[in-house]
Amino acid sequence: MSKIILTVDDSRTMRDMLRMALTAAGFNVLQAEDGVHGLEVLAEQKPDVIITDINMPRMDGFSFIENVREDDQYRAVPILVLTTESDPDKKLRARNAGATGWIVKPFDPAKLVDAVRRVAA
Amino acid sequence: MEEIKQVFFQECEEQLFELEAGLLTIERGDFDPETINAVFRAVHSIKGGAGAFNLTDLVHFAHVFENTMDLVRVGKLEPSPGLIKLMLRAADILADLVRAARDDDSSDPGPREAMAAELKTWTPGAAPPSQAAAQPQAAAAPPPPKEAASGSDEAFVFVPTKVDLNDFEDLSLAPTTHYRIIFHPKAELYAKGNETTILFRELGRLGPMHVACDISQLPLLEDMLPEGAYLSWTVHLETSEEEDKIKSIFDFVEWDSTLEIEVADGMPTNDEQEEPFVFKPTMVDISLLESIVPDAIDGPDVSAAAPLASVAKPAAPPVAPAKAEKASGDDHAPAEKKDAAAATIRVDLERVDRLIDLVGELVINQAMLTERVAELGLARMSAVSIGLDELEQLTREIQDSVMAIRAQPVKSVFQRMPRLVREVALLTGKNVRLVTEGEGTEVDKTVIERLSDPLTHMIRNAIDHGLEKPEVRRAAGKPEEGLLRVAALHRSGRIVIEISDDGAGINRPRVRSIAVEKGLIAPDAKLSDEDIDNLIFLPGFSTAAVVSDISGRGVGMDVVKRSIQALGGRISITSRPGAGSTFTMSLPLTLAVLDGMVVSVAGQTLVIPLTAVVEILLPQATTVHNFGGNARVMGVRNEFIPLIDVGQILQFRQEDIDPKSGVALLVEAEGGVRNALLVDAIQGQRQVVIKSLETNYGHVPGIAAATILGDGRVALILDVDAIVVDSRNDIAPSLPLAG
Repeated sequence: MSKIILTVDDSRTMRDMLRMALTAAGFNVLQAEDGVHGLEVLAEQKPDVIITDINMPRMDGFSFIENVREDDQYRAVPILVLTTESDPDKKLRARNAGATGWIVKPFDPAKLVDAVRRVAA
Repeated sequence: MEEIKQVFFQECEEQLFELEAGLLTIERGDFDPETINAVFRAVHSIKGGAGAFNLTDLVHFAHVFENTMDLVRVGKLEPSPGLIKLMLRAADILADLVRAARDDDSSDPGPREAMAAELKTWTPGAAPPSQAAAQPQAAAAPPPPKEAASGSDEAFVFVPTKVDLNDFEDLSLAPTTHYRIIFHPKAELYAKGNETTILFRELGRLGPMHVACDISQLPLLEDMLPEGAYLSWTVHLETSEEEDKIKSIFDFVEWDSTLEIEVADGMPTNDEQEEPFVFKPTMVDISLLESIVPDAIDGPDVSAAAPLASVAKPAAPPVAPAKAEKASGDDHAPAEKKDAAAATIRVDLERVDRLIDLVGELVINQAMLTERVAELGLARMSAVSIGLDELEQLTREIQDSVMAIRAQPVKSVFQRMPRLVREVALLTGKNVRLVTEGEGTEVDKTVIERLSDPLTHMIRNAIDHGLEKPEVRRAAGKPEEGLLRVAALHRSGRIVIEISDDGAGINRPRVRSIAVEKGLIAPDAKLSDEDIDNLIFLPGFSTAAVVSDISGRGVGMDVVKRSIQALGGRISITSRPGAGSTFTMSLPLTLAVLDGMVVSVAGQTLVIPLTAVVEILLPQATTVHNFGGNARVMGVRNEFIPLIDVGQILQFRQEDIDPKSGVALLVEAEGGVRNALLVDAIQGQRQVVIKSLETNYGHVPGIAAATILGDGRVALILDVDAIVVDSRNDIAPSLPLAG
């Protein structure tokens, strides 16, 4: 039974690239376009890992993570954030919001899968 | 990957549009934070994607731009008009970069470097474009996992391997180092969804290892917090990887744990290590458990109680079962009901075109069928006739629906205008404000595509020639900022686009003298103001003394007019000296179908667009009058309307026909000018499918296009405006000129 990963990003390009890298590694991929949409998806399906962007309309990554963590079902689900460069402030903020780890954009597919493996049971 | 690249460039276009729209909104004085955020995100998105495709120039420029925008976003930089203007220009440069990247062209680094430098002056202390953003990650990938990653649910059983160094020497491995890693996670680590087991699993991929757990910190069960972290581990790892590699595995948990990595001499020898710590469930001594826990404790399941003795699983007590189940909040799904945005799908344009073609054939076929059946002389109320009527209704509806698929708002053409206006204004040193109206007006996609060139020409022309320089305007008492208005609207079944400026209007004496100079008109020709205005549409005309880059070379308006006519459209101009000019373009809504009146002329069948026909008249002896030379007019109510013999003007025949034997169609051409077209007879009224003459044959004066009738014959579609203009040219020379 392969793992399900939810990717949340408002950029279609990014969503496609994530999906391509993840399905090549054998994961099943769900997609959402922003934080609000992500929560809607979570209400219906239960992914094993969540990967989310920070800058999104309607609800940004930080709020999304906070909202996810408030839900009992997802208190400990691994959440990886996509961040450009290794901005320590953003990383800190994401961690304080409850993120498990991060992936730097632009991402190397191998590193993406690595990061996922580091948190996926 | 190529496909995704396409998607990326498509998305870039959308983002660029958002970017410009957002900046224009801010320029107008609307500083809504959401708009500012949207602008930031647009640049951010482009940069992100560009990085993935290694488009370094684009990334660097986008980065500087993004930084500036970020400062505005967090309030460290005021979005002053000057800054916004600069950003609009930066957006233009970004757009150029994107397109250069898309088309694989090299772009001149000059403008973007200059812009980047300028942007930086607005951002004190901005970080230079980070090289990290653009690094192609060609670095060695971590050793690919040997196990099939997808399916295997690794059993949470760590069986430490005791390593015999001698075994190693047999294998020809890269030189390895022994590390001793001490790892002490804090509770926060688990709260964020990290898992020691998983980390160790990854660690184990680097090489053989031995794990020992220190449970000395475990409190008694009653004091234990299910989410607490009381364990620490010592791992001995033998690997050829660098220490950084080991560290990177713990990247995410760096702050929520203590980690020590040191080079050790070797695997722990027997007397050094602690009790061999085997993660086998059978090691749990239940009696030990029971003796420690006096009271029965209900609730926590095995995994929570296990850490007391040797553990069955490494401690990361699943959080959920340890707490009482709370009703999972549906308040956490703030799914606002989907806003009323209509669901859309993307469709391949070829499919739509094919569909339209097929429907066109359907219409022709249905018309043919109706005729054949009519020839049979069936009663009008017969079942077949009624059925055919219904078929005609249906076919019409299908056709309308299919045409509507391709109908698009002119917005896509209009959206290129602000940038064009900015550039031309800059180039000519004029101050221009653009106002657009009716960008939601819909027109067939085929028309839209061919609108943009003529529109571009006319805008350039209006700014270059129409609008005056700021000083001149000031002297004339006008506001320094010139107004350029572009409006689209539907009128009598066509789409009309008006381009008006409040400039100086057509300089008639100058236009006239240039036309004489170029031999386009006779020096003593008598021309009305309107005629003079229309001289600018003549080939070879240009008022630029020096051919300017923008609208010189005498090709501008002539080309515009021809391209519009090729679409079956018309263009006219009205002008008031000192006040401005208005160009009016009128185009058919679609190039595909037309409601027409089918007529006979000299044995030929022609089709006249119904939208032009106002009235049908029967010429009488009393109403038709001669008017000098060959000209004839018809009296219609209180007016005299020129009567045009279509057969003659199209040169189907030489001699006139007796008007009384024919039918006159009162038509209205552009500008409201009325004429009467004399034809032999009217056959009927029908919707016809337009087939282009240009693509299949060539341009024929007086003829707009052709169609196939129900009986399979080809009928020509008349270009009413051209006929009217032709007739005037014929008539005018023969009119006696006033003294």
